[in-house]
Amino acid sequence: MHAVTLTAPNDLDQWREPARRLLAARVPPDAVDWRMIGREGGLFDALAPEGGGAAGTAPVRVPRRFLELAETAICHSDPGRFGLLYRIAFRLQADRTLLEVASDADVRALDGLIKAVRRDSHKMKAFVRFRALDETGAQFAAWYEPDHYVLERTAPFFAERFAGMGWAILTPYRSVFWDGTALGFGPGARRSDVPETDAMEDVWRTYFRSIFNPARLKVKAMTAEMPRKFWRNLPEADLVPELIRQAQSREAEMIARKGTEPPRRHARMVARKAEGEPSVPAGEDFATLEDARAAAQACQRCPLFENATRTVFGEGSADAPIMVIGEQPGDSEDLAGRPFVGPAGRVLDAAMEEAGFERAKAYVTNAVKHFKFVPRGKRRLHQKPDGGEIAACRFWLEKEMALVRPRVVLALGASAAQALLGRTVTISKVRGKPLALPDGTPLMVAVHPSYILRLPDPAAAEAARAGLVADLAAAWSMAMDHGERAQPLDTGRRAP
Amino acid sequence: MNIMVQLSLSRKLAILSDAAKYDASCASSGTEKRSAKGTQGIGSTAPGSGICHSYAPDGRCISLLKILLTNFCIYDCVYCVNRSSSNVARARFSAEDVVGLTLDFYKRNYIEGLFLSSGIIRSPDHTMEEMVRVARSLRLEHGFAGYIHLKIIPNADPALVEEAGRHADRLSTNIEMPTDQGLSRFAPEKRPEEIRTAMAGVARRWQAGRADPRAKARPERFAPGGQSTQMIVGADPSSDATILTRSASLYAGYGLKRVYYSAFSPIPDASANLPAVRPPLMREHRLYQADWLLRFYGFEVEEIVAGGSDGLLDLSIDPKLAWALTARHLFPVDVNRADREMLLRVPGLGARAVDRIVATRRHHRLRLEDVRRLCASLAKVRPFIEAADWSPGALTDSGTLAEKLKPAPQQLSLF
Repeated sequence: MHAVTLTAPNDLDQWREPARRLLAARVPPDAVDWRMIGREGGLFDALAPEGGGAAGTAPVRVPRRFLELAETAICHSDPGRFGLLYRIAFRLQADRTLLEVASDADVRALDGLIKAVRRDSHKMKAFVRFRALDETGAQFAAWYEPDHYVLERTAPFFAERFAGMGWAILTPYRSVFWDGTALGFGPGARRSDVPETDAMEDVWRTYFRSIFNPARLKVKAMTAEMPRKFWRNLPEADLVPELIRQAQSREAEMIARKGTEPPRRHARMVARKAEGEPSVPAGEDFATLEDARAAAQACQRCPLFENATRTVFGEGSADAPIMVIGEQPGDSEDLAGRPFVGPAGRVLDAAMEEAGFERAKAYVTNAVKHFKFVPRGKRRLHQKPDGGEIAACRFWLEKEMALVRPRVVLALGASAAQALLGRTVTISKVRGKPLALPDGTPLMVAVHPSYILRLPDPAAAEAARAGLVADLAAAWSMAMDHGERAQPLDTGRRAP
Repeated sequence: MNIMVQLSLSRKLAILSDAAKYDASCASSGTEKRSAKGTQGIGSTAPGSGICHSYAPDGRCISLLKILLTNFCIYDCVYCVNRSSSNVARARFSAEDVVGLTLDFYKRNYIEGLFLSSGIIRSPDHTMEEMVRVARSLRLEHGFAGYIHLKIIPNADPALVEEAGRHADRLSTNIEMPTDQGLSRFAPEKRPEEIRTAMAGVARRWQAGRADPRAKARPERFAPGGQSTQMIVGADPSSDATILTRSASLYAGYGLKRVYYSAFSPIPDASANLPAVRPPLMREHRLYQADWLLRFYGFEVEEIVAGGSDGLLDLSIDPKLAWALTARHLFPVDVNRADREMLLRVPGLGARAVDRIVATRRHHRLRLEDVRRLCASLAKVRPFIEAADWSPGALTDSGTLAEKLKPAPQQLSLF
């Protein structure tokens, strides 16, 4: 039997030296006895690790990952940890992939140690409670009792977080200090080495008491994450039994209590609001585009309103000579609340520029004013509006037409054409030809810019784009050919 | 003469944390990595999970100082403890009060940071401005590098939202109700499209703020922890199908980090228009499980809902198991051959267990005993898998399988 005596509970280098010698001699794991002395605050730190006594020359190799895992696992308080690490290192000499076999008993045991150490370190970050050392509030100290030897590995977290203050964390096995620039370690300490209380603890307890909802009592969920062993160092924990005891009666009281009369302040507020309420235009007749736009925000004429962000109304001036009508807002338009600002909008803008079409002078809108989509994970996939949705939204399109009274209307794509003509049309057959609305207003139909984006063949896409440019140019010149508006807006006569 | 001046800080805290506790979120996760290292300030955040510094007996994590700036409110939302017609005690913090409390708590390691919300006072802009003032002071005057979550008030000036995002890690706007109709009924002053517009604004700005690796200049920081929202469950008659459909649409539209489900809970001085019942905690739990299936397990709302009846999830078993029981023709799944997507659909196998199965089977064929070591509980998994030495035979299609897998009814224990 080879006996190895270690003096530090969690120093991997100290374990590694004898382990390397034993492995070089291929000493089997059950022939090594790993021992620890000096648990009391590094009393024996000065002693070098000793033992082993074996000598060998076999090559010793372990994967780098093993050392990383071992660095964590060695902080566990299980006395068997040194032996387990040696056994795994020994088996790794013959089986390099051992660590990937998650179902292996040793690998699972290692995993268990690591999990426990990480959890203990995490809980330390959570449950350390500092107390101010004096009135200035610049110096703090905490007493903490970890289950494992996690102080060293957790201290850097506190150094980063509490960089601007001085603090110490004392544990039974070791202590750590931060002076604003560097961490220093010292021997273990006692609870009585930190102040007995802190003035803020009562305020914190008030918060703890108030944030608890007695109607949601779930004691097990609490103790699973905050086991009782931590409670003795948590200033809020002694409130728990009382809060649990009172929970049921507090809840019952809330349920049984009848509604009370509202306070007078509420009545005053209601009266004030009724006076100053900016009224949303009621009814179905709107004097201005702004009134129509405001009313459309609350539109529920079809079911699309509920999942879309909002109504995307048309944009442009009320005396625009030409009105451009697309299908419906897409994802970008829905988020921005404006028509044609997404990918299709960029295609349209470029085509307009090429055609000499000044978008700023046009009124731009859509046949359907809510975005229709199906959710797919983190994306919304565009859906074509159906006849019912187009028909429902015609209400708003007609209001826009009546208020703008464009000289020329340009429909982009089949949905817009359908909304205007009341029937489905084939774009390739009608595009580029002068048509007319029932009231005689000239109508042009062109492809929707998103159609161009969907064409996989670059040549076909370019041809479609050229068509759109030509149609935009034709519509623009029709609108301009009518020269200045023949009649002033308020006579109510539509321009021919 | 303001009576509030006479309230002690502790009394204000009691009122304004009580008023804030119905917001389920307390997360301090998902933001950038940041620390006060090398500064005179304090604070740090981790990009992964946050830290829960305590747990209340309701089982909820206490990570942030979650308070309202004020619980005075001009709105009268029926479900809300702070509605204007309620007789609860009212209080108002000054910005300095909140800054001081946050720092004092943080220095003692009680919290990860601040979650600040507010009743609506005067106007959305005024309210938002007050909240932004707190965040600005913490960041700029005190060098505070901890977590900050700010509530966005719908209709607030975009410039204020911009500044909120500059200082905050996370922003949120509560959708409140699963349907617009429910919202109109319970929160007459809130407009559903305005709430969604606020979320859309944050989503757009957040997209623009993400660093483009090709861009020369880094875009200005904006809420690196993204945004979240909350829906109240059980105050209106909406089904789980309605709730999950809305969640799916919110996740898709606004890049939400989380939708929180808050079982409607009795409140002090509740309105008579509301169900006076115990909060549906199990339903809330099942909705969270379903939400996970939506986001991480590749499920569609329709599949999840198919496991229950009438649009409601089965409360007695988890939604993945409920779905699997309706889709038995897809099982058993061979753990040695099935792809990751299918393994994720096996009841009882979580993402971690699936990762370990996939890693381990590269080295040897898995036997049932291996699977037992890799997952939390084999009982639920066994009828749905095949392993090297295991086939469930008729068990998968057994008519009594559902009964067998239901947890035994438990006596609720009080401590």
